[in-house]
Amino acid sequence: MNAVEASNITKRFGQTVALNDVRITVADGETHALVGRNGAGKSTLVSMLTGLNRPDSGQITFRGEPAPSLSDRQAWRTKVACVYQKSTIIPTLTVAENLFINRQSLDGGPVISWSRLRRTAGDLLSEYGVDVDPNADAAALTVEQRQLVEIARALSFGAKFIILDEPTAQLDGPAIERLFERMRSLRAAGVTFLFISHHLQEIFEICQTVTVFRDARHILTSPVADLSKDQLVESMTGEAVGLGAGPSRPTPAPESILDIQGLSLDKHFSGIDLSVRKGEVVGIAGSGSSGKVELGEVIVGLRKADTGTVAVSGKALKPGSVPAALAGGVGFVPEDRHKEGFVPGMSIAENATFPITRRLGRFGAVSGRRRAEVAEQMIGDLAIKTSGPEQDVADLSGGNQQKVVMARALSGDPALLVLMDPTAGVDVKSKENLLDAVDRAAAAGAAVLVISDELDDLRPCDRVLVMFHGSVAGEFPAGWTDNELVSVIEGIGESSGE
Amino acid sequence: MSDVSAPVVAARPRLQVAKLRDLALLPAIVVLLVVGFIASPIFLTGGNLLNVVQQQSELGLVVLGEALVLIVGKMDLSLESTLGFAPALAMVLVLPTSEHGLGLGLPQWTALPVCLLAGVLIGAINAFLVLRLQLSGFIITLGMLITIRGVQQGLTVGQSLASPNMPSLYYLGSAVWFGVNASIWIFLLLFVIAIVFMGYFRHGRSLYAIGGNEAAAKAAGIRSTRVTAIVLILASVLAALAGAMMVGHYGSVTASQGSGWIFNAFAAAVLGGVSLNGGKGTLFGAMCGVLMLGLVQNILTLAHVNVYWIGAINGAIIIGALVLARLTSGKAQD
Repeated sequence: MNAVEASNITKRFGQTVALNDVRITVADGETHALVGRNGAGKSTLVSMLTGLNRPDSGQITFRGEPAPSLSDRQAWRTKVACVYQKSTIIPTLTVAENLFINRQSLDGGPVISWSRLRRTAGDLLSEYGVDVDPNADAAALTVEQRQLVEIARALSFGAKFIILDEPTAQLDGPAIERLFERMRSLRAAGVTFLFISHHLQEIFEICQTVTVFRDARHILTSPVADLSKDQLVESMTGEAVGLGAGPSRPTPAPESILDIQGLSLDKHFSGIDLSVRKGEVVGIAGSGSSGKVELGEVIVGLRKADTGTVAVSGKALKPGSVPAALAGGVGFVPEDRHKEGFVPGMSIAENATFPITRRLGRFGAVSGRRRAEVAEQMIGDLAIKTSGPEQDVADLSGGNQQKVVMARALSGDPALLVLMDPTAGVDVKSKENLLDAVDRAAAAGAAVLVISDELDDLRPCDRVLVMFHGSVAGEFPAGWTDNELVSVIEGIGESSGE
Repeated sequence: MSDVSAPVVAARPRLQVAKLRDLALLPAIVVLLVVGFIASPIFLTGGNLLNVVQQQSELGLVVLGEALVLIVGKMDLSLESTLGFAPALAMVLVLPTSEHGLGLGLPQWTALPVCLLAGVLIGAINAFLVLRLQLSGFIITLGMLITIRGVQQGLTVGQSLASPNMPSLYYLGSAVWFGVNASIWIFLLLFVIAIVFMGYFRHGRSLYAIGGNEAAAKAAGIRSTRVTAIVLILASVLAALAGAMMVGHYGSVTASQGSGWIFNAFAAAVLGGVSLNGGKGTLFGAMCGVLMLGLVQNILTLAHVNVYWIGAINGAIIIGALVLARLTSGKAQD
């Protein structure tokens, strides 16, 4: 029996063909991966499978029965549930109410019994081993807890087929491991998953079958065991790519660009010393609680350190000041591109040239022509897929938005480039473009700090420092193996102090 | 291998701050009662306190409507104009031309239904503009505020309207039920009904869901557009009802009835913990906010503060109270 079978699905939005005669079959009880680059049609398929959108042609069946009509939300919810990237939790309500939203009275009666609602919510959460207080405000949940609550809610409707849309994108290593453990035990209990992720390693770890979409078409469906990582990447991009090649840049110059001494911040990290030389690429790895992102934010002035100094090219930066950092020759990609990375509603050209507007004209005026020239150059360098420099950044795909953020960081020809999770939520091809840009910047003499726990980001680094609970727990020259790095990130390696 | 059996750390509620927030005004009200007692011996008498509630009953209905609109994540500034327009329209349709009416000769009993229907109509226009045409609620209801006020002035030629022979419109604001003014009963009754509805009924909870995360509410099967439209209409009807109560209370509709009330309505709601971003706050809190503003007014009057300064002092006290509410809740205000 198949949990879901979709065949000959076609969907157009105006001129764009979002899905072109695709198919997918998810067998009961398996964990099925759906992969593809940004824009391959994954999200459109998910909206069809969850009844938010109707295909122009083709049909969908759940366990042999045709899909319910779009208006019958109740019927859809007993068949399939989706944990979207965007939260469907209402932050102002409690966890208990979120679990039973729009069915709070439980037995269909008119009046809500809050004590009973809380009790039932508590039972539901403990049934699935989710240790969250049902009385807590949902706003206080971490991403991990939110996902678990959403999964528990989905299961409580009786759905045995769950779609997880990039669930790991916002989780750190141990949380991903816990999620996978839970997926395995739910699978053993008969739950079917459709798992969407950009992290190919995860596909090999958790999935049995994989389906690849490319350019709105179905490319292949195959047991995961029969594929190599390179074959998978190849089918996603349509070309052979070589991610993970070691650094091929000139050796770094002896002069140091970034000098950090005795840097400490509250409970995030303490006593960090670090220097990065001209042309050197240094990676900083660590889990979500290691303090690595906070370190990056102190360096670029988004946060103010309690003690210690940051100097760039020999000059100390004023603490906690982004303008001072930019003036001192720092360019950076912030952790959350939606929050600090770009201004939606403004064009690529404007977003990418914010730090250098003063160079684009005299007396505070900005020359549109010169800005467009600079932006054209950047679009070419980073292979940004766009209709032109005047396009609104909000209309770009995630990978291309991240390239715009990278372009902004590079726009001032920075002496020091600080990149925080530069390839988060970005497809394989865009990742390659971004990492190429890092390589070029380093070859041109910039000192680069890559802060990430994505191994592909760290591979091109000359050396990688691993942070654990706020201090440096290990240092690896290029050529490390995944296992030794990950074990120190997780705090179980030999070089860890604990 | 990391230890996957380690449980996810639970989010323990920090002393239920959100719940306490709804009661946060009770101590302030107690303080005001003490201050009032010191300021004037008349203050703490049953007659005076009932007087305060009656004075606030009309604002109270506007706050009730505005709080519902805010919880569902919208805004309606036009309520203050509806307060004057709805009863004024009812009166011009009934009154002869000699009393500034249009001379249409509608029977007098139609005055109250017409007044409430005017509320339905204005609410429906607001809902159409905000929900169907997707205009920003703030600016469009500000436009409605000015337009409706202008229509009232046009219809009445700027005159106050009064009529001794219109019991239908005058009844609610002047009647006494069981020894207490009807407007006080209406105020309390409507708040109690609304508090129970919002606390214990699925449809009431759906307002919080829509204001908190509309997409999620839709995904849960809530008809968010319909619910929001009903709330906008209901708020306007409440404002129209408050307008009718004012007519009975003060004996006439002035051309500026309700002018400037929207600040007090928002202030009462926000003081009571209702968020301008939607999805947060309780009607009990909003009711406390209304009563608190009434006590402040009353104390200023009893303390013989110079009438020309009452506006400034009243405004400053409200601003101070908002600052205090912000500091005690510890979070940036939204």
